[in-house]
Amino acid sequence: MRTENQKAWFFVLPVLALVAFNALVPMMTVVNYSVQETFGNNQFFWEGLGWFEQILRSDRFQAALGRQFLFTFLILLIEVPLGIIVALSMPRKGFWVPVCLVLMALPMLIPWNVVGSMWNIFTLPKIGLMGYFLNDVLGINYDMTQQPLSAWITVIVMDVWHWTSLVVLLCYAGLVSIPDAYYQAAKIDGASPWSVFRYIQLPKMKTVLTIAVLLRFMDSFNIYTEPFVLTGGGPGNSTTLLSIDLVKIALGQFDLGPAAAMSLIYFAITLLVSWVFYTLMTKDDAE
Amino acid sequence: MAQIKLSNLRHSYMPAPKGPEDYALKEIDVTWRDGGAYALLGPSGCGKSTLLNIISGLLTPSEGQILFDDRDVTTLPPDQRNIAQVFQFPVIYDTMTVGENLAFPLKNRGVDPATIKRRVDEIAEMLDVTDMLSTRASGLSPDNKQKISMGRGLVRDDVNAVMFDEPLTVIDPHLKWKLRSKLKELHQRVKATMIYVTHDQTEALTFADEVVVMQEGEVVQIGTPVELFERPQHTFVGHFIGSPGMNVLPCEAKGDRAVFEGHEVVLEGPTHGDGGRTDLGIRPEYVGFGDTGIPAHVTKVSDIGRHYVVSAMVGNTALKAVTEHSVPEPGSEVFLQFKPEQSRVYRDGWIATEERS
Repeated sequence: MRTENQKAWFFVLPVLALVAFNALVPMMTVVNYSVQETFGNNQFFWEGLGWFEQILRSDRFQAALGRQFLFTFLILLIEVPLGIIVALSMPRKGFWVPVCLVLMALPMLIPWNVVGSMWNIFTLPKIGLMGYFLNDVLGINYDMTQQPLSAWITVIVMDVWHWTSLVVLLCYAGLVSIPDAYYQAAKIDGASPWSVFRYIQLPKMKTVLTIAVLLRFMDSFNIYTEPFVLTGGGPGNSTTLLSIDLVKIALGQFDLGPAAAMSLIYFAITLLVSWVFYTLMTKDDAE
Repeated sequence: MAQIKLSNLRHSYMPAPKGPEDYALKEIDVTWRDGGAYALLGPSGCGKSTLLNIISGLLTPSEGQILFDDRDVTTLPPDQRNIAQVFQFPVIYDTMTVGENLAFPLKNRGVDPATIKRRVDEIAEMLDVTDMLSTRASGLSPDNKQKISMGRGLVRDDVNAVMFDEPLTVIDPHLKWKLRSKLKELHQRVKATMIYVTHDQTEALTFADEVVVMQEGEVVQIGTPVELFERPQHTFVGHFIGSPGMNVLPCEAKGDRAVFEGHEVVLEGPTHGDGGRTDLGIRPEYVGFGDTGIPAHVTKVSDIGRHYVVSAMVGNTALKAVTEHSVPEPGSEVFLQFKPEQSRVYRDGWIATEERS
């Protein structure tokens, strides 16, 4: 007879404890706050789902959510095709490969708040290099501190600058794993450059592209530091994305109940959209 | 379909080759008849894949010409040569179905849909993949994938030649045999010139009407499988083909005799030339045992199923003999007899005896 022992559980315990302390316990406090009202003094009053209802109905939340989706949609729309194009045009062999790879990795190595500060200084209308150049040399009226459109363009360009490399590096990894024989066979089969992309390169990049889109979605949907440092959510509320709004409610107004409810809704949306993305993008493989 | 002629072909991967050692291919001159089945056989790095890529147009040779039916195609790109190539690892367009894969080369050339359908059905039937036509190609087993990549080559009826670059490398041993006979059958049906590159002698010898043996960028012998076995022109051929390979024994040559470890051996005919390193070449199959002959000490006997391989020492030289019965004991002293018409002298590797007619 086969004997079983339960020793294995002991090895899982440390991880369980770790996860409990850094995820489950804080998460449960958030859940706790989200259904109660407090006026301090450790006095709590039961609220039920009231905060959730209030958040979901509020114009402020809906506007921030709309901005958030628009932001994520725009950066995905730019970064994914751009990343593929850059990856396709990078050399596959020789001296320039490491040079390109290092150049690509550089933006990602810069801390987020430094990126925000860099772009802030760079784009300030009077003193920033880009701001000065656009206004005083090209004569374009550009001021990201005053004009919502300028602010949006700056936030998007900054994210593209910071994160397209991630898509590039992942796609490049997919591309270099394609054996030469595929290109040779395509040549012999008389395939056009578009067919080579469509039937060889794109399918081989699919797995890494799925990961790239997922990572970029989650990161951009939860983005906080860079736009906060760059525009502080302004002018007005025009670049106040979900996380910026959340911090305002939680730490600015100290409305812990609504902030907790909003966090949970935020988390649920991120999770749901990621799941939908993943299911859609891997649907073909299951067949 | 076409006759393929390689004339004074040389290739170097270096921009300015100096000596012959800089060439991956040295001086190749061969003509392959229309509809023949040929094999390029040689060890890894002997230049056979280079040669194949030159024929298909993936590489342009440094010197020399490639002629398809006397038309110079040396500088033409692959798609204008009407060549099909099957690679070591099956190349499949993952997102397409089997049928779409087979149709791809025709579609790219703008063939009308009705013809495409007819050709695809024909080829699918030939390859026994008709029932897979509408399944996704990515889920197929390696041998079926390799069949599809073959099919993509055969689907065009204007193909001048089909080339195989070690196509059975990734196939399971028990399927190799099946796929090989499929290939042979296809060759008989399609009648295209086929060139098969391999380092596996069994594959080469079973597939080809004529085998081109290459070593270090050089063609050492072109011949039918029987010719390669019976009368190797070079010790390399003798050693590379056959299992175990030909015995190559240092000797001295005198007229139609060779002296090996102090024993006289009768050769197939008179030797020519002089100087250089002289070796006596005899296949283990033609070394017999008798009551008289060259005394030898048996060191090892291996039973390899159909026959025994006997390793023995004559003086300080090791050699092998193959026998089906009368197996000597390891450690015993025996007498070896070399079959005269299969005993030859090689000078610097090349054959140096004349066949007695």
